[in-house]
Amino acid sequence: MTAPARPIEQPTAGATAWRPAFIRSLPLRVSVFIICLLWTVPTLGLLVTSVRDPKNITTSGWWTALLHPFEANQWTLNNYQTVIASDGMGNAFINSLIVTIPSVAIPITIAAFAAYAFAWIPFRGRGILFTIVVALLVVPIQMSLIPILQIYSAGNLYGSFLGIWLAHTGFGLPLAIFLLYNFISQLPRDLFESAAIDGATHLQTFIKLVLPLSIPALGAIAIFQFLWVWNDLLVALVFLGPGAEVRVLPTALYNLIGSRGGSWHLLTAGAFITMIVPLVVFLLLQRAFVRGILAGSVKS
Amino acid sequence: MAVARTESPGLSRYVLPILGLIALGLCGAGILVLYDPQGGPNLLASLYDALGNTSGATALRNGEGDQVVAKILLAVIALAVGVGGIWLLFIGVGGAVSMLQAKWRDRILPWVFVGPALVLLAVFLVYPAAGTILRSLQDDKGQFTLANFAVMVEPEFTQILRNNVIWLILGTGLSVVLGLIFAGLFDRIRRESLAKTIIFLPLAISLVGASVIWGFVYAWQPAGQPQIGLLNAVLVGLGGQPISWLTTNPINIICEIVILVWLQTGFAMVVFSASIKGVSGEVLEAARLDGANERQLFARVIVPMIRGSIITVSTTIAIVTLKIFDIVYVTTGGRFGDDVVANRMFHEIFQFFEDGRGAALATLLFIAVLPVMYINLRNFKRQQVEG
Repeated sequence: MTAPARPIEQPTAGATAWRPAFIRSLPLRVSVFIICLLWTVPTLGLLVTSVRDPKNITTSGWWTALLHPFEANQWTLNNYQTVIASDGMGNAFINSLIVTIPSVAIPITIAAFAAYAFAWIPFRGRGILFTIVVALLVVPIQMSLIPILQIYSAGNLYGSFLGIWLAHTGFGLPLAIFLLYNFISQLPRDLFESAAIDGATHLQTFIKLVLPLSIPALGAIAIFQFLWVWNDLLVALVFLGPGAEVRVLPTALYNLIGSRGGSWHLLTAGAFITMIVPLVVFLLLQRAFVRGILAGSVKS
Repeated sequence: MAVARTESPGLSRYVLPILGLIALGLCGAGILVLYDPQGGPNLLASLYDALGNTSGATALRNGEGDQVVAKILLAVIALAVGVGGIWLLFIGVGGAVSMLQAKWRDRILPWVFVGPALVLLAVFLVYPAAGTILRSLQDDKGQFTLANFAVMVEPEFTQILRNNVIWLILGTGLSVVLGLIFAGLFDRIRRESLAKTIIFLPLAISLVGASVIWGFVYAWQPAGQPQIGLLNAVLVGLGGQPISWLTTNPINIICEIVILVWLQTGFAMVVFSASIKGVSGEVLEAARLDGANERQLFARVIVPMIRGSIITVSTTIAIVTLKIFDIVYVTTGGRFGDDVVANRMFHEIFQFFEDGRGAALATLLFIAVLPVMYINLRNFKRQQVEG
């Protein structure tokens, strides 16, 4: 945090020392700027288009609107109004919330208990069962579609919220158990020994000791699972189906592409509605998310 | 940890089992409501009846009225049963088991903790995987056959398999290389975290959303008309002819891969960036003293030292590319020579009703990820031995 000192130092350091360094780093700065610009422009185009008057969208590129941004009459929120009300994005938004919240909370709860037992309660078959969990990490969801679909059709679970909650719970468990195991098994052994000496049962140790200490890991996994479920198209298509009653945001956006293919003013607004919640969650909780990614992929 | 078992008075001996029973009862009742397709509206209608709001109740029973409230009620019950019920179940059964003799307690308690997870894994992953492999080897009448795999050598399917290989190589390769380059570049600038956030942000966007974003970049109008897609506008501005990017094979495959790379590069970059920060300053200093320039330093010192992360990231993204579905399904439906295994599988099941072929395609994906499964298991075993 020496930044405040810099303006005073620079003149004394002299132009000779400062300028070559600046020029030398110029290609680096320029290339970083170009990279960031390239990565942002597609999303920017979407945002700008979603608030433009539809009649301008088909006749001129979205970037032309940025040349005269203060002509207020070219901007409108009508596109959003239309997709939310008449194209069902509002209903889909509520469905997405209803699908996502239990699909995040339930698997994490179940995974936490399992991870604790795998890490700290010795029992017969523990090694082989956890090996199976690790193996299941990479099994493609595609392997589950046909048999589960048959079970769901027979058991009247197709197209129901209960069905998709259970499916997301099952599919999310391996990663949740694995990441939580990595975290919980790293907790110091002394902690558990002293708890056992105090006569605490495993249930008490888990609730009073392990859960509070695991909040960072639980948070990171919650973000993972949230992004996965909220953004999922395949599981929703297969187990919820295309019915308007239960349609979630990705399916609704896909349907919009089918029915309003050329209407970019609606597609862009619809796409932004699907993105807004994950983007906000992501920006607010970026650190926790990064921690989760690193816990999953880098061994310390 | 003051709540020692020996100190607990008789009360808790009875409270815990009773809680367990209540949990079972609540779970059962909740599941009944959840299982009933009209459970939400019916329950809310009964509530409205109890409150004297008969018109609201009738509307709900006719599929009208406050359907949104009914849905939210259903979700609240799901949360209560799913989380609350499971908690009560764990505590109730766990508490009951804790009262048993030590010998039995230690045998049963772990299964109470892992039981629900194991049941769900068995039902949603293990059993279906076995079923899918079996189905891929059967015809519609249940006779064993290799026909579902035999069709895979027909041109229609070899093209699909080839496309998946292109996805695997280009999608993984570009994401990893760009992730490495960005991590190396951003390590040297002052606003590192801002640049990283910008590259990382697309990871929060769904593949469907990303497909719409890029579909607009690739938008095409016939020559002579104003190009509203950025890519064709640039192309025409440079004096070229507009290209219909998503319908022209094989360029459409590349265009679709770019969408995934745009998302996954941020993931690769974040992991590499953390690993680069873990490379010791002394090693870098020593290499600099030996006369290595910055580029050599990156290629010959840093990259080899973070090899482990590169392998992990590569396998993770490789699996994503093998299973790629959303992008192809949304942008073209795989109709322009750009079909892939997961998309074709979906169409085999829901459009052609060829479950056997669908199962065979899924089994191919499964076989393709087996090497990664092996690597994961080996790493895990090694970690166990070291830990």
